[in-house]
Amino acid sequence: MKNIIEVKKASYKYVTEEEEFLAVDNVEFVVGRGEFVVVIGHNGSGKSTLAKMLNAILVPCDGQVLINGMDTKDENNLWEIRRSAGMVFQNPDNQIVATIVEEDVAFGPENLGVEPEEIRRRVDRAIGVVGMSEYKRKPPHLLSGGQKQRIAIAGILAMKPECIILDEPTAMLDPSGRKEVIETITGLNKSEGITIIHITHFMEEAVHADRVIVMDDGKIILQGTPKEVFSQSETILGCGLSLPQVTLLANSLKKEGLPVREGVLTMEEMVEELCRLL
Amino acid sequence: MLRDITIGQYYPVESLIHRRDPRLKILAVFGFVIVLFMIDSLTNYVYAAGFIGLIIAASKVPLKYILKGLKPIFLIIFFTFTINMFLTRGEIIYKMGIFEITREGLHQAVFMSLRLIFLIIGTSILTLTTSPIELTDGIERLLNPFRRIGVPAHELAMMMTIALRFIPTILEETDKIMKAQMARGADFESGNIVKRAKSLIPLLVPLFIGAFRRADDLATAMEARCYRGGKSRTRMKQLKFNKGDFAGSILMVLFYGYLVFLRIA
Repeated sequence: MKNIIEVKKASYKYVTEEEEFLAVDNVEFVVGRGEFVVVIGHNGSGKSTLAKMLNAILVPCDGQVLINGMDTKDENNLWEIRRSAGMVFQNPDNQIVATIVEEDVAFGPENLGVEPEEIRRRVDRAIGVVGMSEYKRKPPHLLSGGQKQRIAIAGILAMKPECIILDEPTAMLDPSGRKEVIETITGLNKSEGITIIHITHFMEEAVHADRVIVMDDGKIILQGTPKEVFSQSETILGCGLSLPQVTLLANSLKKEGLPVREGVLTMEEMVEELCRLL
Repeated sequence: MLRDITIGQYYPVESLIHRRDPRLKILAVFGFVIVLFMIDSLTNYVYAAGFIGLIIAASKVPLKYILKGLKPIFLIIFFTFTINMFLTRGEIIYKMGIFEITREGLHQAVFMSLRLIFLIIGTSILTLTTSPIELTDGIERLLNPFRRIGVPAHELAMMMTIALRFIPTILEETDKIMKAQMARGADFESGNIVKRAKSLIPLLVPLFIGAFRRADDLATAMEARCYRGGKSRTRMKQLKFNKGDFAGSILMVLFYGYLVFLRIA
């Protein structure tokens, strides 16, 4: 079993009394173990719906979603799917259950029926991995947004997932909180080998990914390495997204006639490129 | 300003009383309340006072803190005292106009007030020495045996935990909405009661909508973390009834038993 996530021609329709809305339309992709995938798309592009489908909170109307080979349609797989594909949500306040940080991290394993001593070990480790050990006994409302999100990540980590899906975890944070969260998930991917699906609308957060998936109107319109994706500036701008600032700068320089290479995404690459030109 | 509110009144120090199992403490307070309403002689009240005094001393909570809890109910104590003193029939010992104080009335007034005071002090000691989490844990375990007859022990404890968790968050939100409405000219402070109550509507409506949205989000997040009710759920922190707790419960039973015995005999 090589792929942790397989989405096969999956669609999801929101049905209200007046209308039907196709939020995810015939989407197909796979994610391999240990990959770092970023999904970008503007509001209403179906990226959050897609995220909820990966955790069996929503079940596709058409097609199939397989997590670790388990079909999300099968009720018997529900808890195993949610354990192996943990989910972090956008609002840091609305996903913390307990009144003390370590109690909240223990919530997941407690639900799974793990033995008390083992929970203790997992909680201590998970809090350590996200670098929050000194806040273990603090009440969560005294923490900053970035710290709360790290606790939410620790809470998922304590369930020993193979994959973590983050649904715009940085949307409500300030720049420093955003940095904390990004560093944490990058670290998890590198050192723990956990597969990351990061859903965001900040282009800068996509440049370090192994693969970027661009969604628009419920469909995947672009897929590939950050370099491949962001060199398609027309398509990206066409669906209401922007490019990373560095890429924008590179593009303007190119327009002015400077021979800047395609696919400049990060500050370091830009510096290198400019030095080369000088 | 609303941010400064602390939930409960836990006084975090290490002491003999703080270390006791929350179940023991809850049962002790429960028993204490029953015993208080059974005893009715002055000597027994002296015993009860001595018992409380010992526990306060052992709890290392400053007396000032405990007495502070009496302030809000001072008026109730005062009324209980006066009403009992003047309205109990019996042997008249003092008379002025239509007011008459009877021996039985005075007796009743003193004892009722003492009962109320002891009651408040007793329960304050419980909340001062037990953190909210321990308290909910204790209540959950104590109610667990009654699950068979349909008491939703786990659900009650979960609701208390979530309420405690969200009180500061909702307070913060209230503060934010109040400021936002004040910036648009809302006035929460002037006018009579009716006007003030009306001015709260633009505060309460967004607050409630926000709370429902939070509830929805939280429910999804809990499900995503495999929450499926109390069944087959384990707990990280196990409550352990240790030697100290055993000694404490034996002392408690002996003392309460003695007071009840004095009352009956």
